[in-house]
Amino acid sequence: MSLVEVSLRDLAHARSGDKGDRLNIALIAWVPAHLPLLTDQVTEARVADLFAPRGASRVQRFILPRLGAMNFVIDTVLQGGVNQSLGLDGHGKSLSFLLLALRLRVPDTAASEARAAIASENAPWQ
Amino acid sequence: MTPFLVGNAAGFSGDRIDAAPPVVATLMASGLPAALTFETLAERTLALGQLARRQAPEAGYEPMLEKLLAPVLADCLRHGIRIVGNFGAANPLAAAQRIAALAASLSLPTPRIAVIEGDDVRHLLDQATPWEGDRKIAPDDPRLVSANAYLGAFPIAEALGAGADIVVTGRCADPALTLGPLIAHVGWAPGDLDALASGTLAGHLLECGTQVTGGYFADPGIKDVPGMARIGFPIAEVRQDGAIIITKADQTGGRVCRRTVIEQVLYEIHDPSAYLTPDVTLDITHVAVEAAGRNRVLVQGARGRPPPATLKATISLDGGFLGEGEIGYAGPSAFARARLAAETLRARPAVKALDGATRIDLIGLCALHDGDAGALAAGRAAFDPDGEFRVRLAARSPTRAPAEAAAREVLALYCCGPAGGAGVRLAVTPRIATASALVPAARVTPRVKFLDA
Repeated sequence: MSLVEVSLRDLAHARSGDKGDRLNIALIAWVPAHLPLLTDQVTEARVADLFAPRGASRVQRFILPRLGAMNFVIDTVLQGGVNQSLGLDGHGKSLSFLLLALRLRVPDTAASEARAAIASENAPWQ
Repeated sequence: MTPFLVGNAAGFSGDRIDAAPPVVATLMASGLPAALTFETLAERTLALGQLARRQAPEAGYEPMLEKLLAPVLADCLRHGIRIVGNFGAANPLAAAQRIAALAASLSLPTPRIAVIEGDDVRHLLDQATPWEGDRKIAPDDPRLVSANAYLGAFPIAEALGAGADIVVTGRCADPALTLGPLIAHVGWAPGDLDALASGTLAGHLLECGTQVTGGYFADPGIKDVPGMARIGFPIAEVRQDGAIIITKADQTGGRVCRRTVIEQVLYEIHDPSAYLTPDVTLDITHVAVEAAGRNRVLVQGARGRPPPATLKATISLDGGFLGEGEIGYAGPSAFARARLAAETLRARPAVKALDGATRIDLIGLCALHDGDAGALAAGRAAFDPDGEFRVRLAARSPTRAPAEAAAREVLALYCCGPAGGAGVRLAVTPRIATASALVPAARVTPRVKFLDA
């Protein structure tokens, strides 16, 4: 087994939501069995670093094994929230893709399992 | 066991107005008891309604109300599909009167329309506790526009139980639009906490419309969604034991799969073991999501605990003005010219006068992700400097003139700025600021009123 560098988007999908000046990002593993791999590398500290330019003051992470998911709650990154922000994305709707750009080093088997899961789950209904 | 169906035909004010007919057709074809919900009330929307009502006493409800309802009102009344919407916004009674007039103009039998009142809590602000870190707002704050508590599902159920065909609410918890009809149909009581949790989860999954059927989801090549131009709005089939099937309107685009549903389960959730609503504290940590056929997903395992003793309220305040201006540069040296435009703007007196209340972005670099200080842009190297960039200036001020003067500096760049500046757009908009607070639930009294009473 060798390690390969991938982006988080290769192993998970994500959605952001806002309430006031608080953002949450749900991060969902393509392969639920990869959740431990993701929890090892996508830590509260790393997410806090990633969102530091947006002014993150606190990051909390909740782990949902039954959904193969993590929920990140990130405070004060919405520049006052949609009603006060000077920036274009006061909702933070685009910020799930800032998280998904994170680089990870993972076993090549995990990367190929995720590719297979993406292909099979993305197959058109027919 | 026969399930109860709840369809949704709007996930926000501004959603597609042709959403409802396929949902209603699907509900009718099922032959099952059903309700149709419209969620059109974001944090700010109610304050905008309050401002509209100050100008005209008969205004203040969802402006698209008639366009949303007209195509489906006859079918819903004829087939006993109850309609529940928070499209009453700041004036539920006027919205109800508008619906009655619409029914008359369509020569329909007069529907029984109920309104839910009591969400206005401006008089309770002196007893309110600010939400985590928010400011305390006094009842006599001159900037105060509105303060509304999120009401629960039981008043909606009471209205339906009393025979309402249509229930018009102002501010209520979004999932209550779904939970109310479920309570009325199944007969759940306030103590049936796991059932209320399931109904709340069903409502949470429906409340953003197509966000559970492929909207806010598509990512070409890895999360493809067919037919996004006619994406279907969602339907929940809820059993008495609380098991939920999420599906969508027939003959539409979109998709419902484990991934669309899991993304929406966690949307706008903070602590997943304690999603607070007026009716129940929802715990989703035991929820399981599994495929149950084409465009059908089974969701079960919601658990409930008693609701908090307080209700969340959104307080809206006059938030001054936002001025925005954009100008674009394309082709060779586009990035250098755009950066020069930004430097030029920063040196202008009208912009300098609003120091600390302005922001300038180069759109095409990382404007969406960056903070106000531009730290991400400063470290960004991988882009095409001969591509296309837009310079965007944003400025805020308590009164209109300074924000407008700053934005107009972008317009002046047509003549006074770098070569080839094009496509200026300017906007000056009044803003609503919001804060959240907790008010004692026992002091808030929802009232059900019938239009004909």
